[in-house]
Amino acid sequence: MMNLLRLIGGRSGSAPVARERLQILLAHERGVGGSGAPELLEMLRSEILAVVSKHVDLDPEKVVVKMDRGKFVSMLEVDIEVPNATQRSKLVAAT
Amino acid sequence: MAKVLVVTSGKGGVGKTTSTAALGAALAQAGQSVVVIDFDVGLRNLDLVMGAERRVVFDLINVVQGVAKLSQALIRDKRLENLWLIPASQTRDKDALTDEGVRRVINELRTKFDWILCDSPAGIERGATLAMRYADEAVIVTNPEVSSVRDSDRIIGMLDSKTAKAERGERVEKHLLVTRYDASRASRGEMLSIDDILEILATPLLGIIPESQDVLRASNVGCPVTLNSTTSAPARAYMDAVRRLMGETVPMTVPVERKGLMNRLLRRRAA
Repeated sequence: MMNLLRLIGGRSGSAPVARERLQILLAHERGVGGSGAPELLEMLRSEILAVVSKHVDLDPEKVVVKMDRGKFVSMLEVDIEVPNATQRSKLVAAT
Repeated sequence: MAKVLVVTSGKGGVGKTTSTAALGAALAQAGQSVVVIDFDVGLRNLDLVMGAERRVVFDLINVVQGVAKLSQALIRDKRLENLWLIPASQTRDKDALTDEGVRRVINELRTKFDWILCDSPAGIERGATLAMRYADEAVIVTNPEVSSVRDSDRIIGMLDSKTAKAERGERVEKHLLVTRYDASRASRGEMLSIDDILEILATPLLGIIPESQDVLRASNVGCPVTLNSTTSAPARAYMDAVRRLMGETVPMTVPVERKGLMNRLLRRRAA
């Protein structure tokens, strides 16, 4: 069935996954101004994680810091997913 | 006016040296006077791919350090009289290259040649930064594969910040050369497509070199593929790329799989 779908649909291999992973990774690495920026974003991310974690339990993987470069201004986007009570107990149980 | 072109990639093994030899030869075949320089100090290979490995006497380090004159290190190609090579040193390490020495050599070459092609070593250290340092243009060699695309992105960042041109507030003109492109794997969605790569790297496409036995065969015999099998698909792709470098508008064709449906079905069953 997979083979048949592939034949008809064309693209359903691993390339779309590769493409998505790269886009996310490079958005991280590019940062503000060329090289040197990956460190800045990683620093921001770990410090933000440390501060918020003092007060709320977080899954470190759900803290995303992105920088979108624009011609005149850049946008620093901080996306923190806070688990609700039931998910939190699951998280605690898992660890 | 002379143009300095760095062939770079970040990642190793993607085809920088093969592409330098092929582009250099194709430019010479188009009547330009060309010198190709190996910047991979300690791991030279451009001499081998060009079939000049037994004719090396002096190298780039000797010239940079003033031990030899430029004319002594220049090796003329046996097949094309307007194609020259400056080999890298096999015995020194990359610290033997100095910024000032490289600048002096490149400036002298600018007075003698139409094109100066710098074959960068892999990595982002001294050898690679010096190879791109005085470039006017850059060819970024990329395979349709995640690690290669990521490293190319890094190199593009360096071209925009660490070159002499960038420091003067100018731009190094960048060209993307996709090598080892396998049309059948791309059509099955197993390999990043040209559109994927272009969207991610946002750099103009110079050419698509298909995966081919002809490339390996050319390296085996020490002859750039554009000379060794002139009519092969990779040779034609390199020649088109060179025409684009010289400012011509050449339509880009993405290689497609030539096999019919029945063939594909049979092959899939066999695999």
